[in-house]
Amino acid sequence: MHQTQNSHDSSLPWWRREARFLDRPLTPLSRFFLLLVALCFVVSAFLPLWRITLIAPQYQEGLRVNIYSYKLEGGGLDGQDLFEINNLNHYIGMRPLVQSDFVEMKWMPFALGLFAMIALRAAVHGRMSHVIDLFALFTYFGLFSVGLFYYRLYTYGHELDPTAPITMEPFTPMLVGKNQIANFTQYSFPLIGGVLMMTIPVLIVAAFWFSRKRHVDSL
Amino acid sequence: MKMKTSYCASLTLLASLLTGTAFFAGCSDSGSSATQASSQNKGSAAERTYVAPGEKDEYYLFYSGGHSGQVFVAGLPSMRHLITIPVFAPSPGTGYGFDDESREMLGDFTWGDVHHPGLSKTDGMYDGRWLFVNDNANNRVARIDLRDFKTKQILGPIPNSSGNHGSSFVTENSEYLLVGTRFSVPLPMGRFAPVEDYADEFNGMVSGLKVDPESGDLSVGWQIITPPFNWDLGSTGKGPSSGWAFWTSYNTEMAHTKLEANASQRDRDYAAFVNWRAAEAAVKDGKADMLDGVPVIDPAKVPGVLYYVPIGKSPHGIDVDPSGRWIAASGKLQPTTTVFDFEKVQAAIDNKEFQAEFRGVPVLNYDVIVEGEVPVGLGPLHTQYDGKGNAYTSLYIESAVAKWKLPPWTDAEKANLEFTVLDKIGVHYNIGHLVIGGSDTRAPYGDWLVAMNKLSKGRHLSVGPSQPESSQLIDITGRKMEMVYESFTDPEPHFAQILKADMIQPIEVYPKAESNNPNAVWSLSDATYTREPGKVTAKVAAVRSQFGPDKITAEVGDTVVLHITNVEQTTDIIHGFAISGYDLNVIIDPGETKSVTFKADKVGVFPFYCTNFCSALHQEMQGYLEVKPASVTTASVD
Repeated sequence: MHQTQNSHDSSLPWWRREARFLDRPLTPLSRFFLLLVALCFVVSAFLPLWRITLIAPQYQEGLRVNIYSYKLEGGGLDGQDLFEINNLNHYIGMRPLVQSDFVEMKWMPFALGLFAMIALRAAVHGRMSHVIDLFALFTYFGLFSVGLFYYRLYTYGHELDPTAPITMEPFTPMLVGKNQIANFTQYSFPLIGGVLMMTIPVLIVAAFWFSRKRHVDSL
Repeated sequence: MKMKTSYCASLTLLASLLTGTAFFAGCSDSGSSATQASSQNKGSAAERTYVAPGEKDEYYLFYSGGHSGQVFVAGLPSMRHLITIPVFAPSPGTGYGFDDESREMLGDFTWGDVHHPGLSKTDGMYDGRWLFVNDNANNRVARIDLRDFKTKQILGPIPNSSGNHGSSFVTENSEYLLVGTRFSVPLPMGRFAPVEDYADEFNGMVSGLKVDPESGDLSVGWQIITPPFNWDLGSTGKGPSSGWAFWTSYNTEMAHTKLEANASQRDRDYAAFVNWRAAEAAVKDGKADMLDGVPVIDPAKVPGVLYYVPIGKSPHGIDVDPSGRWIAASGKLQPTTTVFDFEKVQAAIDNKEFQAEFRGVPVLNYDVIVEGEVPVGLGPLHTQYDGKGNAYTSLYIESAVAKWKLPPWTDAEKANLEFTVLDKIGVHYNIGHLVIGGSDTRAPYGDWLVAMNKLSKGRHLSVGPSQPESSQLIDITGRKMEMVYESFTDPEPHFAQILKADMIQPIEVYPKAESNNPNAVWSLSDATYTREPGKVTAKVAAVRSQFGPDKITAEVGDTVVLHITNVEQTTDIIHGFAISGYDLNVIIDPGETKSVTFKADKVGVFPFYCTNFCSALHQEMQGYLEVKPASVTTASVD
């Protein structure tokens, strides 16, 4: 443990000495990264996060659904692609994708705003503990969201109406990547908002990294 | 091929999302992007006309369908037939003439005789808004909207106009659409006079239909009453001839029997040169009389509106060149095309150089306005222009197209106009009209010529006595014309128009947002049907692969009104609604609502089904019309 070399802390118990690390102030560069994190949260609340594209011989131009933190948006004129996807899905008994079914679209923008404020707090107060808080909360939030996303995909693909015209083996559409489902090739990839979301943990880690030695120099 | 999915292993916020797994597609064709067939790099005839699968043509060709009453649409240079636009005749394939709206447009007529399509123009160039066509048989014109390729208006029968042949030629800013009476009758129509009194009691009429600049709606603007000549073909001016309209006539003899001989006695018949701006002003100034509800100008009382120009012999086509200065008119019975100089015409009018007067209308002095009689060949009919100083005249009797040089001519050429005839190509057989894209505009396309021939005998697999018509594609980019392709159509294209494909962007679905039909329903759950005594009204939703409702109950004698909405917004997902045994087939395009009214006059159960293949479960898209016997209460009321 490198902290043992700090002789004036040596009177404290080891667990108190370890905790001092959390009080460590942040460098300006780390604060800048945290500001960027806050910005990412705010901006991505307005931008499309993810896109699912379906391409078939009859749909070479593709059918698209863009996913925002607060809405589902079909591609094509007036969001026609979502209507078309639901129309096709009824043949296999899949529930229609309706925005009102996605309760998370009601709280997601709020959560992103909250995260932006936590990131701002970390940038202003500038303590390592805030970075750790942010990282922990975001990890929880991220894992929860990925899990929810997967759960949604799973249930839509598994809770098929048994009286539908076409009986199909239950399936889980691809979370990320490319997949073949009957005559359709499904692509599922992040859009700008999703990319920003992936950038956030990198920025947090960077904020951590560039303040890791500060304690030694200042105290 | 699986793509790596691990690259986003970092903690990531994923908005919850899911995919729809689309399983069944409808019946739309693959819409692969296309490149245009090259006609520039001259290869073999096959290379120049070949449009590979998935690629698209460079031009639209709008053929008149003649007495089929329809308009045929093909692509150029492939000559592939794309679709038939129904205009004057019902068409079960598109449901035209079955729903209330189109049935009302057709009126009591079941056919028409489409001769001359005319594209709308702005500033002397095609603007891609509308295609107008005439009905020679029942004195009508129709407007097709090029936004959706649908007939939007049929005007007529046009008052005081019997046999609308000299139509539908469009003025340079689509101000007017020409109408000319091929057949003279006693006016107002419906009046009887013996045919023997033809010269005195019968009249012809040349007219301008006003085109609403916004909606394209047609209405009679002005008519000019004439002697009972048979007005034949027309064309409109531009440049120096801006504001003028021209029609040829045959039967200046005013014969009423055995016209073949009796209408061919005079060496020259009269063309009508109409100053339509003067006609427009005359109507505005109250100088026209109302006849059968429309303003009719007597040209003897309103000088300056109409002049006669002698043209030999039994002329047919009259065509203004792209500059607007040269007017070529061809006499069927003389082997020349007469070229007039409109600048000389204007001077002759200004200087009152008249050779005669006919019923109060001056006849311009032929000798001072004619530029020359070009010896094009036997049976010249129509002339088109390539915009490079050349004219192309169809030769019916000779079965050929002659290419000749427009004025100004050199002295040597003037001395012997045979020198102006540059080339000739045989066609198969007996050509009527010919068309070069944009010939009636200021800037023709000048690359392709389509010859529309009257006889196709021996050119195709035998199909029995009813013969198709032949259309031949001629490359006119070189010094010599070159025949490169031929195709066949149903009877019978007369004239055609060619439009560059990129001039228009037709819609392929009717946007739901634009629908203002109060009877439209956009989901199965909104579909309804209600019955009141004597009447059943259903608002039907059609969506892959169901009708809602799929049972409609009526009592015999009920009037049934169906409002059917195709709720789809996907290209080519077209639904049909046909009732077995009720002679009814409505076709509804994506986003369209159509209404149909009929009498439930037969007791029984009548299946209805989707006629236009829509989806994998198209066969299952069906339902029943129950027609019950009259109930006791209804019977007692009777």
